[in-house]
Amino acid sequence: MVVAELADEDLDGLFHALADTTRRDILRRCVRDEPSVSRLAEVYPMSFAAVQKHVAVLERAGLVTKERRGRAQLVHTDGDALARARRALDELEAAWRGRVERMAGLLGQEGGR
Amino acid sequence: MTIVSVDKDYASLSLVLVAEFDAPIERVWQLWADPRQLERWWGPPTHPATVEKHDLAVGGEVAYFMTGPEGEQTRGWWRVTSVDAPRSLDFTDGFANQDGTPNAEMPTTTVEVRLAEHADGTRVAMRFGFASREHMDQLERWGAFEVFPQSVAQMDALLAATPDQEDL
Repeated sequence: MVVAELADEDLDGLFHALADTTRRDILRRCVRDEPSVSRLAEVYPMSFAAVQKHVAVLERAGLVTKERRGRAQLVHTDGDALARARRALDELEAAWRGRVERMAGLLGQEGGR
Repeated sequence: MTIVSVDKDYASLSLVLVAEFDAPIERVWQLWADPRQLERWWGPPTHPATVEKHDLAVGGEVAYFMTGPEGEQTRGWWRVTSVDAPRSLDFTDGFANQDGTPNAEMPTTTVEVRLAEHADGTRVAMRFGFASREHMDQLERWGAFEVFPQSVAQMDALLAATPDQEDL
């Protein structure tokens, strides 16, 4: 077993949030910048309400957070969720690199070329 | 031995690792098929594995425990979902309670192993997923795997663009 830190519900949210092109695009913009919901709404050919819904999905998945500043609602990424995903995969990679090395060691010991 | 490639897919939380070994395919297969060999590579040196049950048939189980430096034991299980010796093996790997029953509260990992003759040796492709089998099937039905590959590069670029997360 390899220790995973993400619970199934977290995964469901993460998958769902990332399964949509617009949401992935919103996420990319939020990494680079801290756009307001209104500004995001200008970018996509959809209503303000629709963009707001996409942001809400990302928010529930823990990928972004909203912050009210004056009259604007600024959206910024929650790097933690992305970092958690990366860390989980890094752990898995490290564990399996170790296993592959040990496999090679065994093959060497036992007459593998 | 060479690790040919490691591909991480942040969107589907999976990892594909391809390695080549200078040994015949039947020999490499034995690393998985022989419990005595399996226990020599499964656990890290600090947590050697002991395989108690080993049935590489569809629906079959592998039961093992790993012993830590303080003598503490962590139990785990595999449930074999597909097998075709010496070319392929799919299983779900999870944590077990001290009595050996699967611990449903802990996440499971899916492992898909493919072996093929390559040059004078064997190429092994292993795919690891973080979700349950049901979850993977569900994702496939949605067509998620067609959507995700193209997003891998994007996600990598995205993650590379957040240097402040580097030390997390």
